[in-house]
Amino acid sequence: MKQIVVLSGKGGTGKTVMTGALAALVDNKVMVDCDVDAADLHLLLTPRIMERHEFRSGQKAHIDPSKCIHCGRCRKVCRFEAITEDLLMESAFCEGCGLCARICPVAAITMEDNLCGEWFVSETRFGTMVHARLGAGEENSGKLVAQIRQVAKEIARNESRDWVIIDGPPGIGCPVMASLSEVNAVLLVTEPTCSGLHDAMRVVDLGKQFKVPVQLVVNKWDINPSVTEAIEKVCQENGVLVAGRLPFDRVIIDTVIAGKTIIEGESQSLKDEIVRIWESLKRSV
Amino acid sequence: MIIAVASGKGGTGKTTVAVNLALALDSVSFLDCDVEEPNAHLFLKPDIQKEIPVTVSVPVFDGQKCVGCGKCAEVCAYHAIAVIPNPKKKSQPLLFPHLCHACGACTLLCPVGAIHEEERCIGIIEKGFFGNSEFIQGKMNVGEVLSPVIIRRVKGLIDPAIVTIIDAPPGTSCPVVAAIRGVDFCVLVTEPTPFGLHDLTLAVDVVRQMKIPFGVVINRAGLGNDAAEDYCHKEGITILAKIPFDREIAVHYSTGETLVDKSPAMMELFNCLYKNICQVKNEADRCS
Repeated sequence: MKQIVVLSGKGGTGKTVMTGALAALVDNKVMVDCDVDAADLHLLLTPRIMERHEFRSGQKAHIDPSKCIHCGRCRKVCRFEAITEDLLMESAFCEGCGLCARICPVAAITMEDNLCGEWFVSETRFGTMVHARLGAGEENSGKLVAQIRQVAKEIARNESRDWVIIDGPPGIGCPVMASLSEVNAVLLVTEPTCSGLHDAMRVVDLGKQFKVPVQLVVNKWDINPSVTEAIEKVCQENGVLVAGRLPFDRVIIDTVIAGKTIIEGESQSLKDEIVRIWESLKRSV
Repeated sequence: MIIAVASGKGGTGKTTVAVNLALALDSVSFLDCDVEEPNAHLFLKPDIQKEIPVTVSVPVFDGQKCVGCGKCAEVCAYHAIAVIPNPKKKSQPLLFPHLCHACGACTLLCPVGAIHEEERCIGIIEKGFFGNSEFIQGKMNVGEVLSPVIIRRVKGLIDPAIVTIIDAPPGTSCPVVAAIRGVDFCVLVTEPTPFGLHDLTLAVDVVRQMKIPFGVVINRAGLGNDAAEDYCHKEGITILAKIPFDREIAVHYSTGETLVDKSPAMMELFNCLYKNICQVKNEADRCS
């Protein structure tokens, strides 16, 4: 069983469109949507939820106003600015370190387990998909990513699937690193813009740190062919293989609006290019 | 006034809107709080004059004073400290710096005062100018995870007397909340696709929860469908501006050029956006 993650650094470059196309193309796999705070893959794959699980992670401090003597020690030691001047907890900022609860002289603060999201195992027209929903403003998205990847891996192992295909989150922070650990290859989808290049290079650096081979696709390449070439060149210099290019094409937007993947769409040339990208990716793992 | 530009989905045009709004207004303070992937500098081309390292305080253990009691590991909620028992000699704590949230619990609660703190660098803040405006950006080092810390430090530099524009990170989780906490107004940028609409609804949940007045900008209008606009009408959300899709705009963007520099109509559009922001903000103030 091999695992492949689709990443981009910059958001909106076409990660989910690419993952959706691979979902439709590749046989015998499990899909995972690791963009847990703005998941979109389900809009293309329309999953039927078979299992639903609560995700609890970390703790949050709660102040009991009837016990509080307003000494302010909790506010003084909190480094996350989570306690207001009136000594009220702003839960969104509590990182659950528990220091306030430990130093409160009258035990007015308790630490309670934090329900921060849900995760699902679903069936789609292209097979099993594991996905999640992080509560708005919640933290620990990295742990939720690790959790759903573990579930997907177990399903793949138990059902002898060949591939786990992961739609990654944008950025380079904790959920991205959790999406990247132990994968066999990264498919880096970027766009021919200076932001696309800048952010892609930060993902390439991260790939080096994790010692994972990275392959590149420039999406909407014809918006700026010379920037496309520049990105491909600098990526190649950094050991990244160019897997292919996708053009800017309204057909792609229309297929997304229709809730379809590129493979189910009208354009044969786009399908052919996705097949070439997949063949290239397969060779590197 | 502090205005944050955010969106659930990445790549909808947050940076485009934030940058062009800043250029249209002149004499503002611009904060790039997308510290994982800061991009605004590519368009604003600021003259950076100052670099401030962003550090967190991590524990250092004094082997002489440490009695190996394991209190530090017990109080660490992040499992960043391990005290491995050693039958031959005194056990010593071991720190995994990347797991440490720098909460200070171990230092404060060590019964023998064997822990002091040293600074570990996780990123940098760069300060400079473009035109008559101030530019501040946070940049997290590759491989680090504490982006909210950097965002809080960047926001610590806000001068309330100046109109401040914040370019927020994508998503709806803790870095976004850190970026938009305490702002006066939030501009949510979306695009007319199912992905854009879906992530807009998530972002709307967050700003409503945080009770921040907000409005929507539809970018690449005309490229997809009308679902985002219909949603805003149904929810009573003001559409502050619509930026039409234009292949020319996409090409300008790709080379790091800005819209307001390229077209007077765009200058007009962004001035109008600011007027609409002020209007919605005033209405919200009257209601509260």
